[in-house]
Amino acid sequence: IYLLKMNKYNTHTHTHIYMIYDYISNSASFCLPNHSTTVRRPFPLSHGTTTLGFIFQGGVIAAADTRASAGGLVACPAVHKITPIHSHLVVTSSGSGADCMLWERILTREIRLYQLRHRRRLSIRGTAKLLSFMLHPFKGTEVCVALTLCGWDKESGPKLIYVCSDGARLQGDIFSVGSGSPYAYGVLDGGLKWSLSKDEAISLAREAVFRATHRDAYSGNNVDLFHITAQGWSQRKREDLKEEYYRDMEKRSKDRRGKIKRE
Amino acid sequence: MSMLSAQGFGDPGKMKDYHYTGPVEHKFSPYAFNGGTVLAVAGEDFAIVASDTRLSEGYSIHSRDSPKCYKLTDTTVIGCSGFHGDCLTLTKIIDARLKMYKHSNNKTMTSGAIAAMLSTILYGRRFFPYYVYNIIGGLDEEGKGAVYSFDPVGSYQRDTYKAGGSASAMLQPLLDNQIGFKNMEGVEQVPLTQDKAVQLVKDVFISAAERDVYTGDALRVCIITKEGINEQTIPLRKD
Repeated sequence: IYLLKMNKYNTHTHTHIYMIYDYISNSASFCLPNHSTTVRRPFPLSHGTTTLGFIFQGGVIAAADTRASAGGLVACPAVHKITPIHSHLVVTSSGSGADCMLWERILTREIRLYQLRHRRRLSIRGTAKLLSFMLHPFKGTEVCVALTLCGWDKESGPKLIYVCSDGARLQGDIFSVGSGSPYAYGVLDGGLKWSLSKDEAISLAREAVFRATHRDAYSGNNVDLFHITAQGWSQRKREDLKEEYYRDMEKRSKDRRGKIKRE
Repeated sequence: MSMLSAQGFGDPGKMKDYHYTGPVEHKFSPYAFNGGTVLAVAGEDFAIVASDTRLSEGYSIHSRDSPKCYKLTDTTVIGCSGFHGDCLTLTKIIDARLKMYKHSNNKTMTSGAIAAMLSTILYGRRFFPYYVYNIIGGLDEEGKGAVYSFDPVGSYQRDTYKAGGSASAMLQPLLDNQIGFKNMEGVEQVPLTQDKAVQLVKDVFISAAERDVYTGDALRVCIITKEGINEQTIPLRKD
């Protein structure tokens, strides 16, 4: 069920889609997406997040919170929403947890197979296109995936491409995805410049995620940060935002004390 | 005519203001909720998987002796709660896949491999999911305790402890505090010993049986160490 047969290169993309169908449908052929008789699910799935990515002079920064919520419950406070695909590509995921996890796994497999077959690594643009075409048959179903590919390739340097299960595939310099994205965009738009140093960029990304987790109920817990350059990706230690919140509270109360003294 | 705002629409295509809202007969649902709670804890060189043994449906109890822990290999136990029909089928499928792996690869599947495989089995039914909350407990290749927790469609990750099932929302914060030492200041973080872990699991289930109607009757604890799997049964409230 699991083992996929090798196919001719010229039908590569086409057969990918059927391979994915085989992979997904497994042995039970009666569960293909059927819209007229969808079974109502008695449980909620994990959703809700804040992820962001931006390009600056020192490469690409990808940041995300770590909360997975299922309805009103925090299903897991320590999820990895940023996953490395290969040494120069990192994917931030948003939407349904299981969909993102499995589709990232499928993407990693396909990229690795491409590398083995063609003896070169697929560009970030090519990866985004491949992912978008693989997701296309599932448009209109409940699959909910919104991924930001953050990477560096030798064809075009740092790259940031947003791919989602609705079919969008957009390249840009700054993206934030998820329920907390409006708050993150506010902070990023206010502070982002091309000429930021690496530390300033990291602190801006942290601040954006922190503010979003503060205001958005479905984002929270910790912040993960990845930095991608021509040398590859590097991960910053996962940071608990509780400490940041208390530091911020301290600073505010000091300001308030100063204001009261002046009045 | 008022503006057609999105709030006026409940079910797809039916405007809430102008639609019948009385009793409605629902068509057949293939799912049922059979209750039950499962818990797994990973220690330095042991893992514990525990579940209650009550099988209920609505206001009735089908059985007082239906444990939800299933032994997969000598070092792995899975706890499945939710819809009992899907639990049984899923464990049968996992057993079959374990045998297939054993015959083609001439070795037993490791806990991590079983977890990864279960993720793909669950996602294979993405559009008609298995209504099962799974937690795998076992020893990894280095002999350390490992717990893998799943959602019904295959999202999973490795944890130190996890509660799943009907009383999971009550038990998880308690475990966060007692095993993860979360939300406490200035406390010494001692590693969990096997005896302390077993006692904690018993206490936690007794608390769950008090407050959750679907949890009770008896508790089955499976302790996995390199010597093997040791099972204990402890009585719980029967009301």
